[in-house]
Amino acid sequence: MTTLTSPLSRLRWTATDGLTLVGRELGRLRQEPGQIVAALIFPAVMVVLFGYVFGSAIQVPDGGNYREYLMPGLFAMVTFSAWLGITTRVATDAARGVMDRFRSMPMARLAVPFGQTGADLLIGLLMLTIMVIAGLIVGWQPHRGLIPTAQAFLLMIVLRYALSWVGVFVGLAVKDEQVADSLVPLGLPFTMLSNAFVPTSGMPGWLRFLADWNPVSALTAASRELFGNPGAPAGNVALPLAHPKTAVLLWSAALLVVFVPLSLRAYTRRGR
Amino acid sequence: MAEPMVVAEGLHKSFGDTRALQGLDLAVPKGTVCGVLGPNGAGKTTAVRILATLSDPDAGHARVAGYDVVREAGKVRERIGLAGQYAAVDEKLTGRGNLLMFGRLYHLPRREAHRRADELLDRFGLMDAADRPVAGYSGGMRRRLDLIASLILRPKVLFLDEPTTGLDPRSRGQIWDNIRQLVADGTTVLLTTQYMDEADHLADDIAVVDHGQVITTGTPDKLKAAIGDRLDVTTEDPAAIPAAATVLSKLTGTEATTSKADRLSVALPATGLRLADIVRELDRAGIATAEVGVRRPTLDEVFLRLTDRKEPVP
Repeated sequence: MTTLTSPLSRLRWTATDGLTLVGRELGRLRQEPGQIVAALIFPAVMVVLFGYVFGSAIQVPDGGNYREYLMPGLFAMVTFSAWLGITTRVATDAARGVMDRFRSMPMARLAVPFGQTGADLLIGLLMLTIMVIAGLIVGWQPHRGLIPTAQAFLLMIVLRYALSWVGVFVGLAVKDEQVADSLVPLGLPFTMLSNAFVPTSGMPGWLRFLADWNPVSALTAASRELFGNPGAPAGNVALPLAHPKTAVLLWSAALLVVFVPLSLRAYTRRGR
Repeated sequence: MAEPMVVAEGLHKSFGDTRALQGLDLAVPKGTVCGVLGPNGAGKTTAVRILATLSDPDAGHARVAGYDVVREAGKVRERIGLAGQYAAVDEKLTGRGNLLMFGRLYHLPRREAHRRADELLDRFGLMDAADRPVAGYSGGMRRRLDLIASLILRPKVLFLDEPTTGLDPRSRGQIWDNIRQLVADGTTVLLTTQYMDEADHLADDIAVVDHGQVITTGTPDKLKAAIGDRLDVTTEDPAAIPAAATVLSKLTGTEATTSKADRLSVALPATGLRLADIVRELDRAGIATAEVGVRRPTLDEVFLRLTDRKEPVP
């Protein structure tokens, strides 16, 4: 046991406690092998479902392979699923009193939200890896070399991390695991309303506007560009899709600027 | 005299229009068990949350183990344990996994965290279930795990917020035994409960809380003595009960209540009333009694009297 006195030791304990909470998530996964299997199967099912069922009917704008067109969209979809999982985990902790136990302990105040978002990052990397393997199996591949490929995955990770703070905040706000679970279906329309699976050019004007400004679309467009996959926007496109990499970074920064302080305030608030 | 381990002075706390605490005062001497007794919504949980640094009071102040709960919250947290009404443990981890995680978060070295987890699991009879996920535990086992998770740092002060609510009698007995062990080690315990027998069994002192204030304090015996003894009268003919009630009410000056079809219960005035006089008066009214007895009140009766609720049904 160590007293949290100097700013330096406080920082060190924030990191140590955060890692302990990352270890907690891994321990939970080990107790629930079914969850790992589900996490493995889900992306594979999506690849087959979209790649072969929808792919048989959808024309890619510049005549490329639909599965090459699809994979960046699926990567974006997996990235966006981040906030749902973490919302449920945080809401469960808040509802069951685990959060209160953390608060009553002499641990670093900020370790809990940082630990939980850190753990989510690991889960995200695992899912992304599985998705990459599934993609390679069905014939997707990056065409532009190591650096752009790494940049694409980095963008996904940055946006995922920013989104996980949205999840922490929503979880602390709802404080009820059932409410959190009921939010899960809302994730699907959010990702469908984008350029992830079909080009936005065919949508009605107002819907196209929403889809073009959806961060899912920006991430998808950025990945297509960086991987050299078909479907890069051409001609008169919306601003975020003309500069998709910048758009993803700005979206991430905006989410972090808003939701990190909100989450930390919700966690440390002692009004209740 | 040394400063009490828990001191609260004039605590106020409101949530919107609800005034949860309205000037709560409390003092718990070192090494004793204080039972905070009160109906639902009396402010017990709010008081514990403030003392355990989870919530700040709107007014008033409190010191735990010698430190201010607001200004020196970190110091307080190093010296307290909290076990709530809900089993605040991770359902998906094993019992041991939970203790290791909390041990690490208390900044015990890894080896020490393992040693402490083993020691606690063994001492509180959870070793057999140590490596099973908590999701498969019974309600009583979860509470015990919750309790021992709050003991990892050997707290000087332990806050137990309704530790046995919803448990079967056997599990309650086990938790009570566990709490007694801790007190024998010198831990100071503040326990909230709605169960009078729990306070009666465990508490050295009781603070009765209602509407956000402590309305009385004292040992269980003192509280029972304060409201006077009870008289129970059983009539041979249940039809004679209303007549007997009239006689008893006139003698004692308080209303007699029917506890069974053929039994009445009434509080005896502190001035004293001889049993012989009562029997004679009943006799004079032509009421045949099967049984007349004087006994100490139960804490239930004390509590209901103090909080001005309706009389109990024993």
